Amino acid sequence: MAPENTHIEVRDLQMAYGSFVVMSEINFQVCQGEVMIIMGGSGCGKSTLLKHMIGLLEPARGSIFYNGVSFVDLGDREKQGMLRNFGVLYQNGALWSSMTLAENVALPLSEYTDLGEGEILDIVTLKMALVGLKGFEDYYPSEISGGMRKRAGLARAMALDPEILFFDEPSAGLDPVTSRRLDDLILQLRDSLGTTVVVVTHELASIFAIADNAIFLDAESRTMIAKGNPHDLLHDPPDPKVRFFLTRGGEEAG
Amino acid sequence: MESDASKSYVDTIRRGDLLVLKIGGNWRLSGQLPDFETMPDPLQENPDLAGIAFNTKSLNDWDSGLLSYLFKCLQFCRENELTFVQSSLPADIQSLLDLAQAVPEKEDARRSLESTFFITRLGAWGIQCYRGALEFHEFVGQCALSFFRLLTGRTRLRWRNFLVTLQDVSASALPIVSLISFLIGLIIAFLGAVVLARFGASIYVSHLVGYGMLREMGAVMTGIIMAGRTGAAFAAEIGSMKVNEEIDALKTLGISPIDFIVLPKLIALFAMMPLLVLYADLIGILGGLLVSTTLLDISPPQYFDGLNEAVAMPDFYLGVIKGTVFGVIVAVAGCLRGMQCGNSADSVGLAATSAVVTGITLIIVANAVIDWVAAIYGI
Repeated sequence: MAPENTHIEVRDLQMAYGSFVVMSEINFQVCQGEVMIIMGGSGCGKSTLLKHMIGLLEPARGSIFYNGVSFVDLGDREKQGMLRNFGVLYQNGALWSSMTLAENVALPLSEYTDLGEGEILDIVTLKMALVGLKGFEDYYPSEISGGMRKRAGLARAMALDPEILFFDEPSAGLDPVTSRRLDDLILQLRDSLGTTVVVVTHELASIFAIADNAIFLDAESRTMIAKGNPHDLLHDPPDPKVRFFLTRGGEEAG
Repeated sequence: MESDASKSYVDTIRRGDLLVLKIGGNWRLSGQLPDFETMPDPLQENPDLAGIAFNTKSLNDWDSGLLSYLFKCLQFCRENELTFVQSSLPADIQSLLDLAQAVPEKEDARRSLESTFFITRLGAWGIQCYRGALEFHEFVGQCALSFFRLLTGRTRLRWRNFLVTLQDVSASALPIVSLISFLIGLIIAFLGAVVLARFGASIYVSHLVGYGMLREMGAVMTGIIMAGRTGAAFAAEIGSMKVNEEIDALKTLGISPIDFIVLPKLIALFAMMPLLVLYADLIGILGGLLVSTTLLDISPPQYFDGLNEAVAMPDFYLGVIKGTVFGVIVAVAGCLRGMQCGNSADSVGLAATSAVVTGITLIIVANAVIDWVAAIYGI
């Protein structure tokens, strides 16, 4: 049932640390311009799945396709070319602490484009403004708050206008209002740039607000046990655990 | 009678087939509490016991001390299939005990502490060493590849990182290098003064200082200083970048962390160590001069004449080459341990420690090897 505009496809993925299998038989597709949520309880392997998708970890089995190209089988150089189209926002922003925010955002640009310093500066100013950090260009990551670091991380992830944005727990450690703003920002980016978005989260508010599609990873059975829009999953859960999760454990199955 | 009323106590009363624990007084952790385990085993005294109940009428004030006592009692009842009459406790204590039992203990969660057989541990250690050696070689190879990429223009030097490191490993290191080398020169001259004076050969002290500083101590001491100062700093910096996912951020951007972080550090140390060694040699010789002129009545011209006679350029080159090798060792050890750092705060400390230990060990080994090769070729 692969639709024509499938952007990402994960096929029969098995993730393992040494001989310890974290998750197996993961299959899902993400369409162009879709917001896909990877959800599940703490420690079930959500972030591990994300790390596989962005090439930080090698799958034990299975493959990941971007626009029909198998990411896992690519050589270093081709992989690097593909990574250029990804933007990743890490849990704590992961800004390079020895550089100012502007330098952080400028680095991908100076690595991958032939733009002059003035043009890079223009783009940096624009991206910083987009995430609401105009005026903080010369601050170091240690001088700003966690929420600001996350937004600066997003500015850096967006620097090269990536085709896919990955978010690792975007709302973790943020107050509800900031977290809501980040959700809005994600939706706006998707709507205006057509970016495909993959989000790892367990924040129910975010899940219901932004998801087009979601998969649910279960730590006990070590595989994904649900796939679909979270609203549909709530009304018609394929497994009681999914409903339990989506209702904050408030309602037992049935 | 104030103290009696506040003292915690347990009385046991037999009532039917139940044992009633009369709990009274102030049960706070700060006071002396009765211990359930040191109490005489209730089953031994009452073999036909069916359960344990409580009487808490005279209980004043309590905290986790009482709860822990009751929890042990509860476990005792469970192990011996006795009834634990929870309803005889106050409601707030009951709800806390319920909470403690809400999630059953996970069967395989508790870590087993049984010690493994000696041979097994030795084998595991051997495998670990083997893996460590593999990782070390892989890292050295990656650094070499990265350097090769730089030479062939497929990657570029990050000037900013390079210049920052360059300053840190050169000008900023001068004070400590000065102090240590001056003292080393001084110490060699002192030793010489004591030993040579017995043979009336004090004039040769400059031979000793010149030979010692140029060939050995200048390079070795600078190497050790840099291992402690810069190697540890490299490991801590890269380690905390790893903890903060900054390395991952580089990788997902398609930038090799070796090119971006390690290469500038490596080249900076490679370029600056020969100069530092040269400087250390000079300062050490001045240290020797101070002792010679003040203690041994050797005039500066005599000292320098002796020096001129004793050492030649090969001695100096040997020291500088050693220094360059040590510089590479310090950079590689520091960066490797940083990249191997785990994901927690204490692993950054371990990485820094390990960088210094690895650096110093390799410096001493490399020094011995270079001396051996130099002896073969008669340098």
